[in-house]
Amino acid sequence: MKILGLVLLVSGWAIVLTSVALLMEDVPRAAFVLAGLGVEIVGLVLLVRAHPVHRSERE
Amino acid sequence: MSGLAPALSDTSALCMIFILLVPLAGAGLALINTGLGRSRSAAQLMMSSLCVVSIAALTYFVCGFAFQGLPNQASHWLTIGGKPWSWLSDGYLFLHHVPLDGSPASLAALLGMLSAGLAALIPLGAGAERWRLGACSISTVVLAGWTYPLFAHWVWGGGWLAQLGSNYGLGQGFIDSAGASTIQGVGGLSALAIAWILGPRRGKYTNDGMPSAIPGHNAVLVLFGCVLALAGWWGLNSSCAILFNGAETGVAVRVAINTLVSAASAALAAALVTNTRFGKPDASLTANGWIGGLAASSGACALIQPLAAALIGAIAGVLVMFAVEWLELHMSVDDPGGSISAHAMGGLWGVLSVGIFARLPAVNRSTEASTPHPGQWLAQLVGIATLIGFVLPLTYCLNWLLNRAYRQRVSTEGEQQGVDLYELGAGAYPEFVTHSEEFMDR
Repeated sequence: MKILGLVLLVSGWAIVLTSVALLMEDVPRAAFVLAGLGVEIVGLVLLVRAHPVHRSERE
Repeated sequence: MSGLAPALSDTSALCMIFILLVPLAGAGLALINTGLGRSRSAAQLMMSSLCVVSIAALTYFVCGFAFQGLPNQASHWLTIGGKPWSWLSDGYLFLHHVPLDGSPASLAALLGMLSAGLAALIPLGAGAERWRLGACSISTVVLAGWTYPLFAHWVWGGGWLAQLGSNYGLGQGFIDSAGASTIQGVGGLSALAIAWILGPRRGKYTNDGMPSAIPGHNAVLVLFGCVLALAGWWGLNSSCAILFNGAETGVAVRVAINTLVSAASAALAAALVTNTRFGKPDASLTANGWIGGLAASSGACALIQPLAAALIGAIAGVLVMFAVEWLELHMSVDDPGGSISAHAMGGLWGVLSVGIFARLPAVNRSTEASTPHPGQWLAQLVGIATLIGFVLPLTYCLNWLLNRAYRQRVSTEGEQQGVDLYELGAGAYPEFVTHSEEFMDR
């Protein structure tokens, strides 16, 4: 899940870069940038869930 | 030698004075991190702060400035869709060929050495009380020698983020007046990576995952650190605005007012919200709010009016306060110094605020009327996406690899004993330790 989260973070960034480089119209470009950010947020959520509190570090 | 040395220009001299204030920001952050930790880790944390600042300055001197560079310098390019994307400067190591005479390049090099140290201090707050001195020193080499200069090149060195305006018509390209992304964002997200890799302090979470309060040991240090940080931020914001935004020296007054207004609004907003929610204002959250306001002010300090700065600061204060709670309760992230909330959240909000509030041509770049640029907010979003989608995975992976080679977390024994005694062999407050032999007959 940790690796998947990291992959999604980078994938979201790739979507943002691609939309900036390839789309010239304002609205589709903005939509794809927001979509890329959405993918990054999903990746962030997965990373959070992949880091539970380890039992050994508890009391 | 004959005669007097040639005088610096007024702008260079003023900029130099501002840069010399920047270490106060580092001192403030070190005091805040130390005060918010337990007394048994205070000496190690201050020692780590000094080591981190030293290592960052040296690493940036060796290779950081060569990688960051300045606009219009030689750099490495990729051509994507027919447009050039500058991704790394092609400068010289050890500041070779940088005229150290008060030129903008020399001032940028000095500011970079201090800024890299400031960015490297931020993760210390998140890793406090369990991050080994050797590990944080090596991690700083990576941050100051690669991650920080790389992103700073993209923003301040004429890199592809700065070129989004000229290449793709996104406003004037990604704008960061004074390090909301390069220093606060990079440092704050590195802090998140470090907190994840280290895990929470022993005893922070109960078996059912509920956090326990581990109060800081010295609120006086924390609040004094806030005041020192303000002075440092005045220098940081003013010097960055002059060096990287081409602002006139007179803009320093606007920058100083905006910085103060933003920090004050943030601290008061945090104090008011904690008072409303808990019945009493919380000193540590108010201090975090103050730092969050300073971090947010770095985004647009040279480009906004004070009223906008007040609004940006107030929102930052509330955001930081809720982020601290959210990280601790819902994400199980143990961040004793509140670094992630104050710097990452404050910095990202500061970056976004440029797209919302900035009136760009008012202070730099062109003579057009002061109007918001369509597409500027999109350029700012691309910068935020780069921080979250590139800088965070990069710094996480690099620190994870480091952790595999050299364990970053102190041993269980060291944590139970306190890292002061375990790593340094002496505590910060030895006179408070009662030695039984003092009461024995001699």
